[in-house]
Amino acid sequence: MAKKRSVVPFGPQHPVLPEPIHLDLVLEDEKVVEAVPNIGFIHRGLEGLTEKKDFRQMTYVIERTCGICSFGHGLGYVETIENIMNVEVPERAKYLRTIWSELARMHSHLLWLGLISDAFGFESLFYQSWRIRERVLDCLELTTGGRLIFSVLEPGGVLRDINKDQEKEILKQIGLVEEELKEVEKAFLLDYSVQTRLKGVGIITKERAHEIGCCGPVARASGLSYDMRKLGYEAYGNLDFEPIISNDCDSYARCEVRIKEIHQSIDLIRQAFAKMPEGDLSVPVKGFPKGECFTRIEQPRGEAIYYVKANGTKMLDRFRLRTPTFANLEGLCEMLKNCEYADVGILCVTIDPCISCTER
Amino acid sequence: MGIMKFAPTMLKQLFEKPVTKNYPAEPINYPEGSRGHIDIDIQQCISCGMCMRVCPPGAITVDRKTRTWTINRFDCVQCGYCTTVCPKKCLYLNPGYQTPGPEKYIYSQTHVLTEAEKQHEAEMEAKKQAAIKAAMAKKAAAAAAAKKDGAAPDAAAKPADKPQA
Ligand code: SF4
Ligand code: SF4
Repeated sequence: MAKKRSVVPFGPQHPVLPEPIHLDLVLEDEKVVEAVPNIGFIHRGLEGLTEKKDFRQMTYVIERTCGICSFGHGLGYVETIENIMNVEVPERAKYLRTIWSELARMHSHLLWLGLISDAFGFESLFYQSWRIRERVLDCLELTTGGRLIFSVLEPGGVLRDINKDQEKEILKQIGLVEEELKEVEKAFLLDYSVQTRLKGVGIITKERAHEIGCCGPVARASGLSYDMRKLGYEAYGNLDFEPIISNDCDSYARCEVRIKEIHQSIDLIRQAFAKMPEGDLSVPVKGFPKGECFTRIEQPRGEAIYYVKANGTKMLDRFRLRTPTFANLEGLCEMLKNCEYADVGILCVTIDPCISCTER
Repeated sequence: MGIMKFAPTMLKQLFEKPVTKNYPAEPINYPEGSRGHIDIDIQQCISCGMCMRVCPPGAITVDRKTRTWTINRFDCVQCGYCTTVCPKKCLYLNPGYQTPGPEKYIYSQTHVLTEAEKQHEAEMEAKKQAAIKAAMAKKAAAAAAAKKDGAAPDAAAKPADKPQA
């Protein structure tokens, strides 16, 4: 019997999707043959705001591109401005930025663990993951004042410090996170029913991942050793770590990589606290930027690229942000080819889509 | 591979007390430095308007004439930029969030002049008036002189137009 083709719209409103993305799924019976993504539902024109807000105000605007990657966006932006203006940030500020970005990575990955368990219908696992995440959010609130949006960055340094008491509290809390995560990760990595949903599903081979330019945990789960932190920005150059890679290339590998990265972040925070020197928090930045610059940093979801063109006045000429999800959407379409219709929801979540960032 | 790997964790949770807080019956303790809302020590404020100019969403309005500082709490995004630029450091980011409501909550404070400030203001005003008077007198004198000389009155009167220091 000839197979019948049909097109099923998926999203932008769908229970599994945290954010709106629309996919046109071309189905042959229950198999997906092709997926055509369609974005643009929550475009807010943040890049265009560069014409209305000066470059210091933009620090706060860029940070609010997304609620989960907020620290990374702020960091990428101020780094770009600092590169243009040749500002050398004090050592202590570099370490503080590193600590905060690792805490942000932990909470982003824990959020993802919750979302994926929700996607495969394991509600109590979802609840446990977010319970652990709360500890990280409390640490962030304690030190920066904000739970998701921190506003502690400025061109030239940071605005808040972490004192000894707060340091002790963070180390205590991440110790607890480590313990609790060890318990919960057993379910993700060893549970039979979870494995049936993740193993062997959504494969992107190493070659394909390289060709279509995947980044972040998606690339690393396909065996590509790409981690922008290895470029040594901020204090990462002084810390000892290796990118976590897996050669399984499937959803399970992506889950495993993210869990291991949480442990890696805990380790990096401990290292950073041990090496953090005393000193100033910021250097004064005078004048306006002139020139252009590209910066790459590793967000929890992958490599993000920031481009700034400045003309020597307080307004920037152009700001551009390439988010990791934008690169990974191509990977998603690759995964969806030849998958079962029932797996589409989970596969969408495995790339950790952040559509607000992507559409800015 | 195993089945029921998660059972111990779930069972433990059964006998623990809830993770969530029974808010609002139980109060929430915000850490010190939590980004709740902006407060102002209005008597310190000099109505310079710096905070109004830098606020990214434009939540603050400062009226120099009436010395009023106004914030639209629903526009404020708690970035804290205003607190860093205020020359008198009279803005504070304090814990405690704005309660939700059906209407936009506008918070306004007016700087009330103290006796000393009033006196200072009166002195400044008197000085200003005196300066204006002097300038006017000079102008009139110059105009009269120009008339007498029969020269173009405009050209002679021009320099005196400028306000006196
Ligand atoms: S910056 Fe400070 S002193 Fe100036 S108007 Fe605002 S609150 Fe008042
Ligand atoms: S905290 Fe930020 S948004 Fe709120 S009033 Fe101050 S500058 Fe404006």
